[in-house]
Amino acid sequence: MAEKILEKGNIALAKGAIVAGCRYYFGYPITPQNDIPEYLSAEMPKVGGTFIQAESEVASINMVLGASAAGARAMTSSSGPGISLMQEGLSYMAGSELPGLVVNVMRVGPGLGGIAPSQGDYFQATRGGGHGDYFNIVLAPASVQEMFDLAIKAFDLSDKYRNPAMILCDAVLGQMKEPIILNEMKHERPPAKPWALTGAKGRKSQFLKTLYLSDGEQEVHNLELKEKYDILRKEDVIFEENGLDDAEIVVVAFGTVARIVKTAIQIAKEEGIKVGLIRPITLFPFPAEVIRKTVKKIPRILVVEMNTGQMVDDVKLSIEDKVKLGFYGRPGGGIPTPEDVLRHIKVMFDEEGF
Amino acid sequence: MVDCQTHFCPGCTHGTAHRLVAEAIDYFDIQEKTIGVCGVGCAVFMYDYFAVDAIEAPHGRAPAVATGIKRVQPDKIVFTYQGDGDLASIGTSEIIHTANRGESITVIFVNNTVYGMTGGQMAPTTLLGQKTTTTPSGRDFRNDGYPIRMAEMLANLEGVAYSTRVSMHNAKEVIRAKKAIRKAFRMQIDDMGLTFVELLSACHTNWRVKPLEGQKRVEEELIPYFSLGVFKER
Repeated sequence: MAEKILEKGNIALAKGAIVAGCRYYFGYPITPQNDIPEYLSAEMPKVGGTFIQAESEVASINMVLGASAAGARAMTSSSGPGISLMQEGLSYMAGSELPGLVVNVMRVGPGLGGIAPSQGDYFQATRGGGHGDYFNIVLAPASVQEMFDLAIKAFDLSDKYRNPAMILCDAVLGQMKEPIILNEMKHERPPAKPWALTGAKGRKSQFLKTLYLSDGEQEVHNLELKEKYDILRKEDVIFEENGLDDAEIVVVAFGTVARIVKTAIQIAKEEGIKVGLIRPITLFPFPAEVIRKTVKKIPRILVVEMNTGQMVDDVKLSIEDKVKLGFYGRPGGGIPTPEDVLRHIKVMFDEEGF
Repeated sequence: MVDCQTHFCPGCTHGTAHRLVAEAIDYFDIQEKTIGVCGVGCAVFMYDYFAVDAIEAPHGRAPAVATGIKRVQPDKIVFTYQGDGDLASIGTSEIIHTANRGESITVIFVNNTVYGMTGGQMAPTTLLGQKTTTTPSGRDFRNDGYPIRMAEMLANLEGVAYSTRVSMHNAKEVIRAKKAIRKAFRMQIDDMGLTFVELLSACHTNWRVKPLEGQKRVEEELIPYFSLGVFKER
């Protein structure tokens, strides 16, 4: 029987990383994710791992890059300003095809912003964020259980595709406590890494690089990366869907907001309005296909986010113009209430003269 | 070393520096357990010339990358090879803190007082009065500050086991450089802390002088400011 405990989101994520076999953590303090490095500074030595408090987020991500190049599962965690500093490293990791986990416990921005929850880093996470033509694998938990589960999933996907993975959550998920099951059976063993730098013993020397100067070489490399992203889009899209069978309207929301939407859906049901939910769990690859199929049946979609409108662009790209698309967002630490969401659902019906 | 033609300009001492590092690796018979981390600039193609496992780090970040590698594989010999634009400018934070942690790695630092690969712009090590493509009237401390002496600066840190500056402008100095590099690797094998070897090097192409004049300039202009010697030895 797996153990059931009451746990804080940030700690659950750290526990998931250890279960996934991550033994190297490099990070720099920033609120609201400090529970992760604090917990791992005590726990890593117990499991034979290494914890380093780096001098900056720039150094943190490059230590992850080095540890990953040496064949280990490695991670870092941060929030907005720190994640911005890591973009250089993420670009190099994607370019030299190195796995690794970066956790972004989102706070509000731009700039120093504040420590309130936000979903304002959606674009940065899902568009690559650094320079060059690449994507991160992006996972968005919506519960403490998923903070644990998706930490493990992120490492598995990251190794499978040799591409950095990011967990995009926020201060609400990081700080709240919920009962979770520590389900260790979900852990897949890290695959063999023949490309890792382990010393040229019994084989020719090998190297990892991102510089391609010869004619056409870089284009070939970019197309190979694209091939990986295409497979990801086909094989590893994860989402939750709820009540789509008889819904009159569908709400698309991820992370913390999806939980609020679920309460709104409950209230709507009591008032006789049938509302469905699509919750993207992978933000890249984005679950475009299920949205495309759903709107053929239910041509009414409301996107709710804690920003001024970012994921809504991906929803737009998934649907045709004739579908009625609404958006409700609260930026800067404002958290939508279920009543707010319900009001926006009703507005969409009113406009149609229901 | 791999038997191939390098991309270095004829007369460049990067080739000499490469050879000295490779000779140290062979001397200790550690080719199969050595991992190199290249900086950005002329140093970046190191993986084409050394028959050891290697990785290219983002500009200035080689010491952080080397930290990650060494912590995962403490039994390996890890070295970085960085120029002055890489280590002494964009990478000052990484080298200082890696040195301060006393990571057991060897840092080979090639100081030729300019950004070589990008066409000879001012480096933090550019001498006062030296003309570069971004100091057309010569480096002026009132606008550009002073040339940084990295070997002396790092010698102040507790985590550093060995910090030295050597030159490659004549045969006698090359032999001294060879001994310094060998000592740096020896101390890493003995896990004594970070070892740092600064190599004064000529970049005659960007200095706009003939190769021999470049070597002469190292002796007459660089060494009076960047004095040779051991600044720390544990």
